Amino acid sequence: MTYREALRLALREEMARDERVFIMGEEVGVFDGAYKVTAGLMQEFGEDRVRDTPIAEEGFVGAGVGAAMLGERPVVEIMTINFLLVAMDQVVNHAAKIGAMFGGEVRCPLVIRTPNGAGNQLTAQHSQSFDQWFASTPGLKVVSPATPADAKGLLKAAIRDDDPVLVIENLPIYKQRGEVPLDPEFVVPIGRAQVLRPGTDVTLVTHSYATVRALAAAEQLAEQHGVSAEVVDLRSLRPLDVETVAASVAKTNRAVCVEEGWPTYGVTAELAARIQHACFDALDAPVERVGMAEVPLPYAKNLELAAMPSEERIMGAALATLGRTP
Amino acid sequence: MSPVAAAPAPTSAAEDTPPVAQLTLDQRRELYETMVLSRVFETEAERQYKAARIGGYCHLSSGQEATTVGVVHALQPDDLLVTGYRSHGFALARGTSPEAVMAELFGREDGCAHGRGGSMHILDVARGYYGGWGIVAGQLPVATGLALALVRQGKPQAVVCELGDGAVNMGAWHESLNLAALWKLPIVFLVVNNEYGMGTAVARASAEPELWKRASAHRMHGERVDGDDLDAVYEAADRLLRAAREERTPAVLEAVTYRYRGHSVADAGLAYRTKDEIAEHQVHDPLRRVRTQLREAGIGEAELEAIDARADERVAAAVEFAAASAEPSVGQLAVGMHAGGSAEQFARMRPGSAFGELALTFDAGLGS
Repeated sequence: MTYREALRLALREEMARDERVFIMGEEVGVFDGAYKVTAGLMQEFGEDRVRDTPIAEEGFVGAGVGAAMLGERPVVEIMTINFLLVAMDQVVNHAAKIGAMFGGEVRCPLVIRTPNGAGNQLTAQHSQSFDQWFASTPGLKVVSPATPADAKGLLKAAIRDDDPVLVIENLPIYKQRGEVPLDPEFVVPIGRAQVLRPGTDVTLVTHSYATVRALAAAEQLAEQHGVSAEVVDLRSLRPLDVETVAASVAKTNRAVCVEEGWPTYGVTAELAARIQHACFDALDAPVERVGMAEVPLPYAKNLELAAMPSEERIMGAALATLGRTP
Repeated sequence: MSPVAAAPAPTSAAEDTPPVAQLTLDQRRELYETMVLSRVFETEAERQYKAARIGGYCHLSSGQEATTVGVVHALQPDDLLVTGYRSHGFALARGTSPEAVMAELFGREDGCAHGRGGSMHILDVARGYYGGWGIVAGQLPVATGLALALVRQGKPQAVVCELGDGAVNMGAWHESLNLAALWKLPIVFLVVNNEYGMGTAVARASAEPELWKRASAHRMHGERVDGDDLDAVYEAADRLLRAAREERTPAVLEAVTYRYRGHSVADAGLAYRTKDEIAEHQVHDPLRRVRTQLREAGIGEAELEAIDARADERVAAAVEFAAASAEPSVGQLAVGMHAGGSAEQFARMRPGSAFGELALTFDAGLGS
């Protein structure tokens, strides 16, 4: 099934399992979801549990926070992560604070689902990946599935978690197909990375759509350059599974960190710091990073393509860690 | 026709009844030509989108021409305009060439944002159009700031800030209205109520579906007009803009209209409304209404057909121009991002600098 269908299955199973679970968001009901993740759920579960909202992100994210404080299990859909900025105060200054600020007296089991991503010429205000902004916020958990199975398993884990969890989906992956366990108790644990492709020469550390790019780059590195790249998909950004990353780099002695966001102060910056600390003696080359060109994303197709962390740039960085050029 | 309540009595201002602005025959003919141009342009944009020469989001305004053209006609040359992302028609009405708009949709260097902005971010600073913006209601505080600057600079102009019916439920709407009223800023908030925010009908999103009434919460004048009636739109916009310029009285003008196409080209627009509903609105098509007026005023069929033909020719020429315009240079990726002198500031973190990392490319064309 597709990544989109896997998310829908997770929602359907969790709504059937737990009547406290309900969905809120723009166009999630009558319109079947801006990206059709919630298609059919309003018919199945009714307007009370699949609630169309006005365009009012700060309002309905905050309403999710409040409902969660009283034990509801709201799953709030934000059409794209770009629009989550409007609700930033509710996410960072309210949801993330509740557990610690009130001394553990109240919990906030809120899920926010939203896609990041670029590549469809949606231009500067609609092509962003703010994963790191949220992953650097204590009090939040952030997961970013890159496969259909993880989409189902991590969303279910998020819904069952007692803390606020941001589930970062991805626009280009929605249509991707893969095997998905049909067991309603299948859950992917939060805070565990996964080696998606074993290798010996260099480790590509990725999440979200960068994982798809890295897998393709690893394929080409093997075919064209005889380089064996291991791909570690983080799956969770906060908590971060440094152990799995370090074990891989200890084996390959080289690391390339890839993200769709801007690398300066980004997810790859965090990874590079963690890797140099954990693997100081094992490293044979400086940790390389590949990310979005540091510009507001332009509209023109050729400029957009040039700005993206392409497979070519990932390959170039991997070869550089081996002292080779493409 | 859209359901339209009678215009309410103003909640403030206007003890003296200002003269009612009326269109001359020449003006009506000219505005009709702009409305036809806008319709033909949007139809062609959809065709080009489906031929994959336009990408991204592309929001069309077919059906809303009387609102767009009527309001823009009430602007003086130095007045300012800010809109949301359904922006092509506003640029054309303001006098931006179809070539510059189409080239932007094609992502070319000759586009009005040099191919960097695309459909949602059309602008024309020389004509006071400070942009199409892509985040719902994000343009409202910005437009309020333009009005503040006009006051600070002692200028007599006003700002029109366009928004959709969906935007009135955002916090930025309330915050902007309060600031404008509190500080007496020369701004008219034009709420284009086309009955749906994406796929959500106004009554499903707004507890007070008569959107103009929300102005009263800020002791601001608000009124509703039939947005498919060119004369009514022009008259109201002219009157409110004059009050904004002369008395620094902000206002909300709700224009009730209808969009024929989906929310964007990617939306068929039929999941949340019926074909019959669309057809019902098309019976009262704003272009047809003005065409009938022109005919009744003695404009012959030949001249009306010549107007149609000119619009077709202009849009065809715009497509030809856009297709021939160069793609932006990849070496100029960062053009415009920072002001001059910035390259020196960034010099020590750029690729190729002493400690610059290999794969971080962010500096192509950074202002030197």
